[in-house]
Formats: sequence, C-alpha cells, structure tokens
Amino acid sequence: MTSMPKDPMLPVPFRIERVQRELSDTFTMEMVPKDGGAFSFKAGQFNMLYVFGVGEVPISISGDPADRSKVVHTTRAVGAVTKALDALKAGDEIGVRGPFGTDWPVEAAYGQDLVFVAGGVGLAPLRPAIYQAMANRERFGRVVVLYGARTPEDILFKKELERWRGRFDMDVAVTVDRATGKWSGNVGVVTKLVARGGFDPLHTTAFVCGPEVMMRYVAAELEKKGVARSSVWVSMERNMKCGCGLCGHCQWGPHFVCKDGPVFRFDRIADMFSIREL
Amino acid sequence: MVQTENLGRVIDEHPFFQGIDAKLRELLIGCAKNERFEVGEFLFRNGGRAEKFFLVRAGTVAVEVDVPGKPPIIIETVGEGEVLGWSWIVPPHISSFDARAMTLTRALSFDAKCLLRKMTADPLLGYEVLKRFVPMMAHRLQASRMQMLDLYGPGAEEKPAKKVKVEVVKAVKASKGKNRKADALLAAPEKPLKATKKADKLKKAEKAKAPKKLKKAG
Repeated sequence: MTSMPKDPMLPVPFRIERVQRELSDTFTMEMVPKDGGAFSFKAGQFNMLYVFGVGEVPISISGDPADRSKVVHTTRAVGAVTKALDALKAGDEIGVRGPFGTDWPVEAAYGQDLVFVAGGVGLAPLRPAIYQAMANRERFGRVVVLYGARTPEDILFKKELERWRGRFDMDVAVTVDRATGKWSGNVGVVTKLVARGGFDPLHTTAFVCGPEVMMRYVAAELEKKGVARSSVWVSMERNMKCGCGLCGHCQWGPHFVCKDGPVFRFDRIADMFSIREL
Repeated sequence: MVQTENLGRVIDEHPFFQGIDAKLRELLIGCAKNERFEVGEFLFRNGGRAEKFFLVRAGTVAVEVDVPGKPPIIIETVGEGEVLGWSWIVPPHISSFDARAMTLTRALSFDAKCLLRKMTADPLLGYEVLKRFVPMMAHRLQASRMQMLDLYGPGAEEKPAKKVKVEVVKAVKASKGKNRKADALLAAPEKPLKATKKADKLKKAEKAKAPKKLKKAG
C-alpha cells in the first residue's frame, strides 16, 4: 500500500532518515512517510520534493524499487531548492508528491542484453533499473554498465560501482573526462566505452541517462554499433512544475516530459533532439 | 620467417587493419615490429620526432600533458585494439603529447619513415592507411570537443554547494520560527560571503595602486 494521497497536487510529509554525502555537491537522502506507510514506485520515475517555504523540485528516485520501506533521492545542489535540500539533515521534514512519469522498461527487456550508459549524476535515475535487473539477473543476457564522470573525484556511487565490477555476472566500465597521473582507469568520453562493445547489438536494450548532449552522442554510437533506435531509451529533463501534465511547463514538442516521460523511447523523440528551439 | 608470420597474424587480428589486402599487409609487415613497454615507460614524448605509431595489443597507454610541479594531466587512455599516434602523418612530424604505459603494454610499432616511403611508392597502400587513420582522427577530435564541453557540470573542483550550506547553517542557527530553515535559506543567498583578511589587504592594495596608474597615464 502506498501512503500517497489520490490528489497528485497534495504533498505528503516525509521524514528524512539519513543523509549521505556522495560528492562535494551531491547527496543522497533516505526518507520515510511520516504516517509510517509504504512507498512504491517504478525504476525511472521521479518525485516532486517540496522544501517548505522554498519551493518544489523534480528529483528522480535513486533507490531500490523492491524496497518499499523508504524512498531514496540523490540530488546535486545547483539551484535554490536543491541547495535548501542540501541544508536539511536527518529528522527534518519535507513534502513529497509522486511518483510521477514513465519508467525504464526493464521487464520488457527480458531475454536481451542490457546496457546502461550513464553520465555524471545521470547514474542516479538509472540505479533503480540496475537494482531491478540484478534482482532478476537470470532473465537477461549480458548486463553492462558504462559510466562517464568529469574527474575521478566526481564518480557517483563509487563503492557500489566497485561492488558491481566485482561481480562475475556484470560488466562495469568507468571513464573520466580528465584525470591526473594518480588515476589508473580510462580517460575519455563515455561514447568510447560504447564503441568497445561487449554486448550483442541485435539483442540489446540500452538505457541512457545523462546530459542531453551526451545522450545524443551515446545514442548515435549505439546506432553505429547496430543497436536499433527503438531499443534505446533515454531519460529527459525539463522544467517540471505540476508533475502530472497540467501546467505545461515541461512541454517538449508534442510531449509533456513529466507525464509522457521522463523515460522516452529514442526513436520517438530522436528528431526533436536536433531542433534547437525545443 | 616465423617472426613475419606472427606479425601478419597480429595485423590481421587487430581491428585497425582488419580486412586489408594480403599484398598491402605484406608491405606493412616490412615496417612493423613487436614491442613491450613496462609500467611508466614512455612510448613517445612531447616535442620528440614522431617516428612511429602503435597498434596496442594489450595494456593501457595514457596520452598526457606534463605540468611542471604537478602530476601530468591525462587527456585520453588508449587500450587494446586501438591505435596510438598520428603525428607521423602530419608535418612537421613532431609528437604533441606524452604517451606513457599505465600497465604492461604490448604493441606493434610501425616505422613511420619506412611506411611513408612505401605509401608514396604505392598510392593504394597510402589510401588504405589514411582511410583508417582519418576516421580515427575525426573521432578523437569529436571526443576532445565533447570533453571541452564539460558536460557533467561543476563538480569536485568548484565545490559550490558547501559555501552556500555554511551560510544556510549559520542563518538557521540565528533564526527562529516554524519554517526557520526555509526562511534562512531565502535570506542566505543574498548575504555576501565573509571576506578574508587577505582579500581585504589585496583590495586595499589595488585601491592604492589605481590613482598612481592614472597619474602616469596622464
């Protein structure tokens, strides 16, 4: 049972249980509904987080969809609301509306190789899908996680990536845009990792999340490798306000990102990527 | 003879020259050599003559820039199945970066003078080699441009959030009321960060200098 009300515009109070600093500007919050109920969501969905008196912001859920006892958000502090979120600590309260939006079609990819391509904090919205895939590992072919960060110091979920890399049933590759001599891993853009392959392009479903420009190049590289556009899914970001397709703030061509997205099949939106005005 | 056969097999197996005509492959073999580099060993150095290029068979090579007094900045890593070095094609044939083995590296090296001579004598070989190098160079140029875009935004280097957080925490402590965090936050961004004594001194020094300059100019 979810503790969320039927009115999607009404925030529900949640208590922050734990705050963990991931990077200098990025943190993860674990929250529980104040009324003690459960919270269910699908991988890829987002919540509207309301810092009382400051404002609301859409944040993807970064926790395990199988764990209904808490909701987990990983956020980079860049604007007024996210900076206000960053100032909160365990025991504080915030308002939550959601979950909203479309999800990563993990179940529809059964029998396929799964390729996750993430850039920067884009790993956070993908993490629930990775959890879901690994909980049903026997249903997939290869599971590949390709991750690009700015520098080695900016690698999100570093310990988790190391743990995943240690598994025999998962391939994880990490690259950074720049590094110093202390770094012994890959340096270069994440598209280079895609080019190396390690998956069967004809039987691959790819989930991509990161800056829009990065997703465009990754999708092009996947296509070059032979992955069909209809097998590539991307998570879009726009200025979302209501979260349920009423206000139109997040309109992107014929779509509302909050309602029709944030997860889109690439072939359905590919043309819009090249329209400057959108 | 055994060595030549081995080199031919290596060229066939490496993705870079995959599918090249057997006759042209023989011409390539004549300029090729197997090499091994220990960790930290340089394959070539910035400013040196670009006399070789490498097909990396195993290991990882860092393409980097030396920064005096600091660790070198790695621009790119080149690994198994990739090619390293293209300055040998472009006059004045001088390497622009350092290439250092990050791990034990095995590579097939090609003598640039030898290959350029053969490419001039046999335009088909020249075309086949350049046909493979040009897309690789274009790909690297595109990758460099993407790196320059700094797509992943401000990260560990800028540390923008901490400063604001400090201000917010201070404001929260000073404020009262039910929504005090929020109120404090609304007020916090407006507050200028505390200036340090050093910064004050610098400002004073700049002010003191300014009129003198004007006088000189006059």
